[in-house]
Amino acid sequence: MRSSPSHGKQPTSSPRTYFELMVKAGAARPRLGIIVNPLAGIGGPAALKGSDGAATVAEARARGARPEAPLRAERTLQALAARVGPAELLAAPGAMGADLARRVGFSVKATSRSAPSETSALDTRVAATAMRDADVGLLLFAGGDGTARDIHDAIGDQLPLLGIPAGVKMHSGVFAHSPEAAARAAEAALRNGPSLPLRGADIADVDEQAARDGRVASILYGSVRVPDLPRLVLPTKAGSPAQPGAELQALCREIADTLEPSCLYLFGPGSTTAMVLAALGARGTLLGVDAVLDGQVVGKDLTESQTLALLDTHLDSRLVVGLVGGQGMLFGRGNRQLTAAVLSRVGADRITVLSAADKLLALTPPTLWVDTGDPVLDKHLSGYIRVRVGPRQQIIMTVSS
Amino acid sequence: MSLPKLRQYHAAVWDEPIVMEMGRAGRRGMVFPTSDAEVSAADGTLDTVIPASARRQHPPKLPELSEFEVQRHYLHLAQETLGMMGISLFGTCTMKYNPRVSELVAARPWLAELHPNQSEETLQGVLEIVHGMNQILCELSGMAQFVFQPGGGADAAYTHACITRAYHEHRGELAQRNEIITTIQAHPCNAATAAAAGFNVVTLPLEEAGYPSVAALEAALSDRTAALMVNNPDDMGIYNPNIKRWVELVHQAGGLAFYDHANFNGVMSRLRARELGFDACMFMLHKTFGAPKGGGGPAVGAYGCSEDLVAFLPRPLVRQVGGRYTIEHEAPLSVGRVREFWGNIPQVVKAYAWTRAMGSDGLRQAADISVLANNYMERRLLAIPGVSKSFPELSSPRLEMTRYSLAKVAEDTGVTVLDIQNRMVDFGVDAFWLSHEPWIVPEPFTPEAGELWSKEDIDYWIDVLATVIDEAYNDPDTVRSAPHCQAIHKVDGAGADDPQRWATTWRAYQYKHSIQVTS
Repeated sequence: MRSSPSHGKQPTSSPRTYFELMVKAGAARPRLGIIVNPLAGIGGPAALKGSDGAATVAEARARGARPEAPLRAERTLQALAARVGPAELLAAPGAMGADLARRVGFSVKATSRSAPSETSALDTRVAATAMRDADVGLLLFAGGDGTARDIHDAIGDQLPLLGIPAGVKMHSGVFAHSPEAAARAAEAALRNGPSLPLRGADIADVDEQAARDGRVASILYGSVRVPDLPRLVLPTKAGSPAQPGAELQALCREIADTLEPSCLYLFGPGSTTAMVLAALGARGTLLGVDAVLDGQVVGKDLTESQTLALLDTHLDSRLVVGLVGGQGMLFGRGNRQLTAAVLSRVGADRITVLSAADKLLALTPPTLWVDTGDPVLDKHLSGYIRVRVGPRQQIIMTVSS
Repeated sequence: MSLPKLRQYHAAVWDEPIVMEMGRAGRRGMVFPTSDAEVSAADGTLDTVIPASARRQHPPKLPELSEFEVQRHYLHLAQETLGMMGISLFGTCTMKYNPRVSELVAARPWLAELHPNQSEETLQGVLEIVHGMNQILCELSGMAQFVFQPGGGADAAYTHACITRAYHEHRGELAQRNEIITTIQAHPCNAATAAAAGFNVVTLPLEEAGYPSVAALEAALSDRTAALMVNNPDDMGIYNPNIKRWVELVHQAGGLAFYDHANFNGVMSRLRARELGFDACMFMLHKTFGAPKGGGGPAVGAYGCSEDLVAFLPRPLVRQVGGRYTIEHEAPLSVGRVREFWGNIPQVVKAYAWTRAMGSDGLRQAADISVLANNYMERRLLAIPGVSKSFPELSSPRLEMTRYSLAKVAEDTGVTVLDIQNRMVDFGVDAFWLSHEPWIVPEPFTPEAGELWSKEDIDYWIDVLATVIDEAYNDPDTVRSAPHCQAIHKVDGAGADDPQRWATTWRAYQYKHSIQVTS
């Protein structure tokens, strides 16, 4: 953590502590609130497409999944503390934020004294209501679409919102592209106070009926306000078009026709990779990871451990993935089964990315994002990547963490 | 903002049928006398002169009109022309006046009646002009030789793709070098012609500076690189200042570098492609060099290259040998022909006349005026509420054009850039250019003043745009339902996407609309 100005290490013209920031912003109300859904994202590596509801959480735990949201929230809070010093936070109680924020060094006020041992959606709603009553300047939360919907259900658009990406599904346009980006956005909120520019963003979630029909689509649940920081906060996931373009169709067919023999192909989730599987005569798992060897599907809807087991027995492997439209997420959203362990095992140079050209060109900024949970791997994957957009056509894209 | 009063305008409307439906049976424009008996006796009648197999069974279904009626009909059609008659700041096309004197020169019988298969001895005059234009372009670009065969800019880009293929094949590297790199803001013909010539296309998107970074280019380069094909400035008017480094890197990777000079107007005589390291470039004579264009008519994409690539150029080539001009018909490594003969020679002659009249000082002045005019226009346009420019945070001046966006107007009012375009023509100015594909700027428009349009014309055009944007906020229905003062009102474009309805000939129209065709 950085020295505070009282130690004379920082220029006094640049406020570094939360209290100085509050004075600068001229506000008496708490500037920042935090809610951590400790169970968010637990279903990802277990290929459960979400973590909503007690039954899903129990199933994820039975499959050996560990909670990841607290780790991701901690990354944000660590990065924020390094930037602004020991600030004061209003936090949900216990494992929902207060414990973590205290450990990182923040001065924490909890929304409630009693901390539930097993959290539920109700606890998120109660905490959000308390944040609303305290009129915090920005409500940070760690979770996914389910958590975002719970907060929206409780308080609508009454507080500016920012998500630390920690869910399995993140179709909503409220999430920073990484935990560290969330810290930078929170810092901007602290520094700017009420003058922080805000924009409207969607609260959305996967359309499960459409997924059963073989389409990836979102349902819109409402609208909130988020910090207007396009390089930090990702927009809503764009739906896949009703009819994929001819170039993308031709590309998927070409890939299906040119698979290398004896190579294990992993296909990530989404409608683009599903087209390759369709060209092979197979029906892929729209929201899951499938494996193909010599034209035959050898694994469907694989969990992280199932994928690693396949990679143990097949040394020659490749990964084919699409990306999340509108957001440009390559790894970390909607494909949490492709964990850092899986990606490291396949190797960065063995990853093929497919996308329609207009899906890439619609990205603002024109960047693909990786958020695998492993900062070292994220850095390794960063740089430039060739995205295949049609037969014999590629676009070079920046990849950033 | 107070808006100036605009001039009244209304296009002519002639609600008359198309010529195929006009006339009366038996009416004629010209009646020829029958031949004298002596002539028929000596040469035979039509029945004996034209063999039966070549004779029509039925007379052609042509409209039957007097000469005067034909003349009047086409005069009316000319009056209903929807563009190229008002103030036309049609960006990326560099609209220029085509001087009458150039037309008269090209129409002189000593040129108009030539045939390229005449003996060289009888073609010395025109060969001298072709050679002279070659020398002018070599001087402007630093290249060693130009060829005028390509029939337009895209054809010249295709010529480059063919030469790239021949060059690497000659070096035994074609199988390995199968990638051509371009940028998302290069004219789409670069990617298209590279693909048509069999190359894989690697495209670089724009980054924060408004052009792709050197690092992105480095990520694209490899031992598979065959060539770079790029514009600079692009058609947003943004100049990539790293271009010399780009060319160096492409050369280090073993590729060729092609400069698509479609946007040459702002940099004429201010830079030379060869001095930036490029191996080849292309000029559009029908655009930058004052020769006419439009409607897919005759055009010339003059393609020039360094000494190393001359062997691969299409033939025939006009050469100067001693004091004479000669035609080199074949060369062992040549890519062959991309078009007939030596190109659209009347266009080359008109461009030659224009360029000689301008002189080197005139070209430089024209380039500077076109950049000045654009920057003047930019200052005024950005003062109009709702107008923003692409990459607004870039402070360096744009060159001869700037791409703007009406996204805010569309967001505030629901009136789109197409509606605004349709409404502007109600004031007697021509429709503006929007953007090449892909539309990475929302609701785009791209005016280009060039050196032709006066300050009064530019000001009037901007006044029209300001007035229409004001209407979008205060009277959006008038804009959305435009045009109102044109020869034709809002057109339903759906038919253009429906193969069952479109027709490019009268016969196709009759067929698709179930009209009985008898011949």
